[in-house]
Amino acid sequence: MTFVSVGVLALQGDFREHAAALERLGAETTLVRTVADLMSIDALVIPGGESTTIGKLADWNGLVGPLRQRIGEGLPTMGTCAGMIFLAGATAERSDQVQLGVLDVVVRRNAFGRQVDSFEAEISVDGLSDPVHGVFIRAPWIEKIGDGVDVLAEVEGHPVLVRQGSIIATSFHPELTGDARLHTLLLDMVREG
Amino acid sequence: MDQGTVRVKRGLAEMLKGGVIMDVTNAEQARIAEEAGAVSVMALERVPADIRRDGGVARMADPTRVEEIVAAVSIPVMAKARIGHFVEAQVLETLGVDYIDESEVLTPADEAYHIDKWQFTVPFVCGARNLGEALRRIGEGAAMIRTKGEPGTGNVVEAVRHMRTMNDGIRRLQNLDEAQLMSETRDLGAPHALIREVAETGALPVVNFAAGGIATPSDAALMMQLGCDGVFVGSGVFKSGDPAQRARAIVEAVTYFEDPQIVAKVSRGLGEAMVGIEIDKLPDEERMQERGW
Repeated sequence: MTFVSVGVLALQGDFREHAAALERLGAETTLVRTVADLMSIDALVIPGGESTTIGKLADWNGLVGPLRQRIGEGLPTMGTCAGMIFLAGATAERSDQVQLGVLDVVVRRNAFGRQVDSFEAEISVDGLSDPVHGVFIRAPWIEKIGDGVDVLAEVEGHPVLVRQGSIIATSFHPELTGDARLHTLLLDMVREG
Repeated sequence: MDQGTVRVKRGLAEMLKGGVIMDVTNAEQARIAEEAGAVSVMALERVPADIRRDGGVARMADPTRVEEIVAAVSIPVMAKARIGHFVEAQVLETLGVDYIDESEVLTPADEAYHIDKWQFTVPFVCGARNLGEALRRIGEGAAMIRTKGEPGTGNVVEAVRHMRTMNDGIRRLQNLDEAQLMSETRDLGAPHALIREVAETGALPVVNFAAGGIATPSDAALMMQLGCDGVFVGSGVFKSGDPAQRARAIVEAVTYFEDPQIVAKVSRGLGEAMVGIEIDKLPDEERMQERGW
């Protein structure tokens, strides 16, 4: 197995769970908090958390431009929940949120409702033989998708897992269940170059 | 589709890690907190420093106030219920709050029992001074723990004591054999299954934040270096000279807690911190951390 170094954006959120999931798959991980941390990685995960907080911290610390550049150049990237919102081009409800705009979708934040509406469900994913156990926490869904974005899973007709080139984004939290298949997909993208 | 599961309750707390949860008493403060990068706001009627000053019975906030705060921000909203006051908790659940803090900051409604938190879909956070107290609360269904500290004092010493005591308790369990774990169960007064779990994993089964007396970016970074997952700031923000700037500085200090240069940078020119209180000068009956068991 080739050596893969994955950066996990560690401004806020459940970055340690992602790092642990990737390490179980044999990857090396770096917690990314500065521009310098971004330079040596082969792939990137943007974790669950609060998307407004992550966006502000990225903005205040000069990470937005470098993140856009590296992801735009094809750095394999996975965003979960807040990570998906941060990667997206816009949110359905407000315009002042800091977003990277590297994933050509519009997301609706907290689309499934507040915390009392948070849920777990089995969802079928294109390309995976068995369903994925999805943990949805104040979860967003994708409201509009651009050309070149493939929908890999839906809940109640709303996209919750998409892929656009080397970017994967999910509404749910594979890092909380121990199901390594989506993290494996990310590492496979690195290995396939 | 399953709702209100242990995983989604504990999961929301996982998403708040590395973040700052700020006490707010109205929609305007909630917006300032969100703008400063808070991961969540805690709705309450009066901040702990004012409860301490004014005295009287401190209760759940007015539902209208809670709803205004819920409507004002996109981040999760927590709200406080009195210890043992399960009807305040029922009311808060209907208002759409995302987490309930069964809190010693409010006047306890029941001196014998905490809320049976398993009965709710909304998750709960509870305060604890040590491992036994934390595991009792988790046994009752709490999905997140925070240190009690000594709220409304601007003095971090009690939060430090509680975090160190918790860490000592966890390390101690890791060195005990099966027979000793049962006598430890007796001594801690907490569920045996949870004690065995902590002995095995070396960590609480839920997220643990620092709370009670955090007033500066350095206080926040100190609690993070002691191993907390994130920080609650009660009176520390809106009882200070420049709440917006101080709030943002504490948010940055929690992210960059391992980098003293950044903590130094954000600590500059913040104006007056809240006035602090020495814990020794507090009469016993004014120590909020003694509420609950």
